[in-house]
Amino acid sequence: MSLVETPVFAAPRSLRPVVTHFCPGCQHGTVHRLVAEALDHFGVQERTIGVASVGCSVFLYEYFDIDVVESPHGRAPAVATGVKRALPDRVVFTYQGDGDLAAIGTSEIIHTANRGEALTVIFVNNTTYGMTGGQMAPTTLAGQKTSTSPYGRDPAHDGAPMRMAELLAQLDGTRFSARVAVDSPRHVIEAGRVIRRAFATQIEARGFAFVEVLSTCPTNWGMTPVQANARIADELIPCFPLGIFKQGQEAS
Amino acid sequence: MNQRLFVKGNEAVAMGALAAGCRYYFGYPITPQSDIPEYMARELPRLGGTFIQAESEIAAVNMLLGASACGMRAMTSSSSPGISLKQEGLSYMAGSELPGLVVNICRSGPGLGGIDASQADYFQAVKGGGHGGYRLIVLAPHSVQEMYDLALLAFDLSDRYRIPAMLLADSVVGQMKEALIPDARAQVELPLKDWAVRGKPAGEPQRVVKSLYLGDGELEAHNWRLHARYELLAAREARWEALYLDDAELILTAFGITARIAKSALRMARDAGLRVGLLRPISLFPFPREAFREATRTTKKILCCELNTGQMVEDVRLSVARDAEVFFYGRPPGAGSLPTPEELFAQILRYCGRAA
Ligand SMILES: Cc1ncc(C[n+]2csc(CCOP(=O)(O)OP(=O)(O)O)c2C)c(N)n1
Ligand code: SF4
Repeated sequence: MSLVETPVFAAPRSLRPVVTHFCPGCQHGTVHRLVAEALDHFGVQERTIGVASVGCSVFLYEYFDIDVVESPHGRAPAVATGVKRALPDRVVFTYQGDGDLAAIGTSEIIHTANRGEALTVIFVNNTTYGMTGGQMAPTTLAGQKTSTSPYGRDPAHDGAPMRMAELLAQLDGTRFSARVAVDSPRHVIEAGRVIRRAFATQIEARGFAFVEVLSTCPTNWGMTPVQANARIADELIPCFPLGIFKQGQEAS
Repeated sequence: MNQRLFVKGNEAVAMGALAAGCRYYFGYPITPQSDIPEYMARELPRLGGTFIQAESEIAAVNMLLGASACGMRAMTSSSSPGISLKQEGLSYMAGSELPGLVVNICRSGPGLGGIDASQADYFQAVKGGGHGGYRLIVLAPHSVQEMYDLALLAFDLSDRYRIPAMLLADSVVGQMKEALIPDARAQVELPLKDWAVRGKPAGEPQRVVKSLYLGDGELEAHNWRLHARYELLAAREARWEALYLDDAELILTAFGITARIAKSALRMARDAGLRVGLLRPISLFPFPREAFREATRTTKKILCCELNTGQMVEDVRLSVARDAEVFFYGRPPGAGSLPTPEELFAQILRYCGRAA
């Protein structure tokens, strides 16, 4: 029997070997890793440009070993449009939170999808504004207490949670729209597969691709990482069903 | 030989941008600047460029940010209310040291106002209209020829100093037609932009375009660096036009459309034997403060005319300190508020101590 070890698992090349600033149990780190694995899978690290947004993921460039441009709150899809139109053969993705994409940046995401920009959008839905301290987001669940919905979100007063993956799937320009979760090993593996498909949509020049990732914010949910994970299965998935809501024709 | 064309100011600025090698335009319609996106929508596809009508001015300026971050010559244009919406993006571009051209064909305000010529966006343009303390390169054309020439210059300066540039014009300069002799720049050589994000070659360090500096002292150092560049710009790139300053007892000063009217009033004054000169700032930032300081060694009276209730006059006062008396004549913009040459001539008579 050979004693030479063959690695079966290694860190993605597109991620730097550094410690992240995310809170314990936060899944931004997991999502970063899945995106980096997709870039490695397609061997596109050298021709990828990331578009960072504001929110807890603002330090994208500290963790991804790729070129990055930072954008104002919510405007990442517009910045990415400028990048992709300037360099159409590059792989361009935005990475945005729910406050970023579904509140201040609603207009930018809808119109970028509608133009069918060949971009990949990674949308991290943790039902709250993480970085600014746990305020209500458009995705906050009915009844959920946040620092700006201290009595619980009341849909009659605040509106109901917005389902972005379904909403964007309606648009002709969207070629791929899906929702995944990263609460269990099975879901993480599935999420990785879906994120790869979203990048494939871009690499095969088939148009706009969107992946919503249900993710934890233990800090602002006031939960332990384990409880936060359980909340995804118990509360988030019933409101935000997992699945692929749109897939365009496969590459010829 | 160069052709002589008869075109609108708005077309001239678009032609100048194309001559400068700009191949990306992102905009949103608003009167009185819509000829610019219309021109670009027609011409850019023929040149292999990209025109996008964005869903808003906010999206347009951020598309500009993205294309500029890739090292491309790109622009947007709008008119006053739309420029207000672009301020967030402009602050980010300034903070991220990104070049790019923004054209403001000003209309009257505040609020929805009207589409008449205005100079009430002067403060917004030259003092850093967005948050955080920054400056734009601001150039103020007063003719169709200058709409073209200053578009070329704006791109060059913006690239050289990595500061976004604004062309501050108004609806009259944008809409009037006059002769234009385009400068046939055969090949535009863009400066090396090794900072641009274009995908990170294997083994090379990543490039990041950002305005976030959180480390101890980092942001302060960044702001001092930007400030030093504004000072350099002031020392090297101030531009102005001077007429009859040698023997002037009164200096008229005005920019843009008001300077055109002031020139007519100046001719009337000279015909009447009055010793009047004109100092017209072409760059509003950097403001030609040395030119004013120099001129007020001999001339002690300045009359500043603007289409607002007094904005540039503050920079004139700061430039001349106590060496000269600075008078102001202005009118807030609105239908029918453009002063006539006779109106300005009457002001000249007043400050030259002559009865009208
Ligand atoms: C124009 C503007 N408004 C508000 C903010 C403050 N801000 C920073 S991050 C953030 C919310 C981020 O929440 P989300 O997008 O859900 O990302 P998360 O932190 O949860 O990952 C807000 C409101 C800002 N930076 N810019
Ligand atoms: S605040 Fe929430 S989203 Fe932000 S790093 Fe902490 S756990 Fe993650």
